[in-house]
Amino acid sequence: MKIKPAVLTGVHFMNGDYACAEGALAAGCRFFAGYPITPATEIAEAMSRRMPHVGGIFIQMEDELASMNSILGASCAGVKSMTATSGPGFSLMMENFGLGIMMEIPCVLVNIQRGGPSTGLPTMVGQQDMMQARWGSHGDYEVIALTPSSPQEMFDYTIKAFNLSEKYRLPVLIMSDEIVGHMTERVVIPNEEDIFIINRKKPKNKPGKYLMFQPEEDLIPCMANAGEGYKVITTGLTHDERGYPDMSAEAQEILITRLCDKIRKNKDDIIEYTVFGQDDAEIIIAAYGSPARSALSAVSLARKEGIKVGLFRMITVWPFPEEKVLELATRARVIIVPEINKGQIVHEVERCSKGRCQVISLPKLARIHTPYEILNVIKEVSNS
Amino acid sequence: MSQNDIHPMDKLIRADRMPHIWCSGCGLGTNFSCFLSALDQSGLDIDKCVIVSGIGCTGRIPGYTNIDSYHTTHGRAIPFATGLKLANPELTVIVFSGDGDLFAIGGNHFIHAARRNVDINIICVNNFNYGMTGGQFGPTTPLDAITTTSPYGNYEHPFNLVQVAAGSGAVYVVRWTSLHVRRLTNSIKEALLKKGFTFIEIISPCPTSFGRRNKLGDGLDEMKYYQKYSVIRHGIDPKDADLCLNGKIVVGKFIDVDKPTFLDNQPDLVSMAEKNKK
Ligand SMILES: Cc1ncc(C[n+]2csc(CCOP(=O)(O)OP(=O)(O)O)c2C)c(N)n1
Ligand code: SF4
Ligand SMILES: [Mg+2]
Repeated sequence: MKIKPAVLTGVHFMNGDYACAEGALAAGCRFFAGYPITPATEIAEAMSRRMPHVGGIFIQMEDELASMNSILGASCAGVKSMTATSGPGFSLMMENFGLGIMMEIPCVLVNIQRGGPSTGLPTMVGQQDMMQARWGSHGDYEVIALTPSSPQEMFDYTIKAFNLSEKYRLPVLIMSDEIVGHMTERVVIPNEEDIFIINRKKPKNKPGKYLMFQPEEDLIPCMANAGEGYKVITTGLTHDERGYPDMSAEAQEILITRLCDKIRKNKDDIIEYTVFGQDDAEIIIAAYGSPARSALSAVSLARKEGIKVGLFRMITVWPFPEEKVLELATRARVIIVPEINKGQIVHEVERCSKGRCQVISLPKLARIHTPYEILNVIKEVSNS
Repeated sequence: MSQNDIHPMDKLIRADRMPHIWCSGCGLGTNFSCFLSALDQSGLDIDKCVIVSGIGCTGRIPGYTNIDSYHTTHGRAIPFATGLKLANPELTVIVFSGDGDLFAIGGNHFIHAARRNVDINIICVNNFNYGMTGGQFGPTTPLDAITTTSPYGNYEHPFNLVQVAAGSGAVYVVRWTSLHVRRLTNSIKEALLKKGFTFIEIISPCPTSFGRRNKLGDGLDEMKYYQKYSVIRHGIDPKDADLCLNGKIVVGKFIDVDKPTFLDNQPDLVSMAEKNKK
């Protein structure tokens, strides 16, 4: 048997799930825990094959509650960790996704979305968990969620998800979908030295002086791992900067405000999107994940026919690119939002447009919109 | 602070977190002391010891222990601990939690971690009820016991925890009561130094929530009960160690065996590749 390195530099033809696994390894992930579920199983399968090559741990847990908790534990021991799931498993992970937010534990949670609710439509595509990603765990908090549109982006943005999680000390979500997960395309894996990696800030003070939840100027505390002599104390209860439980309204105010602000105040660093043909656009298609691919074709076709239309493709859906949407709404006449759900992110687009333009929802279930379906709507709008 | 105010285990306690939240007469203080003594006597590098719990009165123990501590969510201490241990095998990982936490909401994790023989140490305080939420019945509550959710007497059959542990594959299975201070301390020490999934059950008084409703008296009365009714039966089949309300309490060491752990059994591709070359 040939031992393969962590970074498989070269040109590959692989599906989005495998690209996600390779991205994780390239980012330094050395602990994967998961429970089989379509359409995310290939990520676990890839990890079970690859982890022994790189000296990492693959563990198939008894359920998704266990998967989520074990990746939190692994990260606390200083090892970058990830889990991957779909609808029902994502629901089971929600309570302890919140524990990761509260204890500020870096790790990555991948959701290859399928149709729901419940067992729903295991083998077909969905984008129905976008609001669950934002609000699925109880309480108030901010999240980071990325929505790749291709296998290449699965590779690239899995690395970015690890970097953001390490930088901002929280579990980061990759909200992909079945089409992107199962589609096979060209994936270019760069040289190891060309991959940009961020690792968590380590304590600057000695044990005894260091506090696990004392923020620096950027609102992010440095993180000591278990076994380093810092005698950290952590709890899912509301706590002070030492990590001691503090059952006061003041402590809740200080902690939750900081957990929200560390994302809100850094959103320019976090948010990523692409724009296409937008300068003169009267009509904007706002899309993410696999529908962004059809949207791009539709926009190209429409522009060939002389229609002034542009594509706003969100790569970060949470935190939501509020300011950019307002700017688009101020210039455009209409924003069209195709999604594989009954309309979720369209509500955010509406909220952020502040009534400055018309917002049209283009819901669809279980299938991706064809470019012509989107094109027809563009034409209708442009003639009206 | 005078010499008398300093607890002999002070270096292992977060003294600035005292007073603790536990009721007077609760067994948790004694159990905690036994654990601290065992940790102290084990000779382990304290910086490499980590304690994890779920939620409950017992679950507060990590927060008072001056080592790396993680107070996680209800039922989830074991998978969290599994992640810690597998990610850094140098760590000695202890899970200290309640009967409800480990065997109701967290029961699935317990049996699977035992099956895998993950090298972690479980200490379960069995006070026969959900202490923290005010005394509801749980998976170890004996038949007929009165709790706030079994006002006419519990009609569910309880788990015999040592049998569950043994049946799931634990390599070390022990039961003591809070009264058996010396034996408990020794067993915890032994478990900490043993490789594999170890399980210690501590039968412990909860006078506030369980004792009061079942006319077991205060904490001291319960200790007297343990003195009178516990019988040591090392090595017996754990299935013969089941418990009931007002019956005898079989204690002792039931299982102490060796088998490869989860990490021992990991595929070692590097040596496989070497072998293939030859
Ligand atoms: C998911 C969830 N459900 C319910 C609770 C409420 N709860 C807190 S502690 C507890 C029971 C604890 O019982 P046990 O584990 O026996 O610990 P004890 O307090 O008896 O030591 C419950 C039900 C919770 N914290 N989380
Ligand atoms: S409720 Fe019971 S277990 Fe909890 S502190 Fe009081 S006596 Fe102890
Ligand atoms: Mg209990």
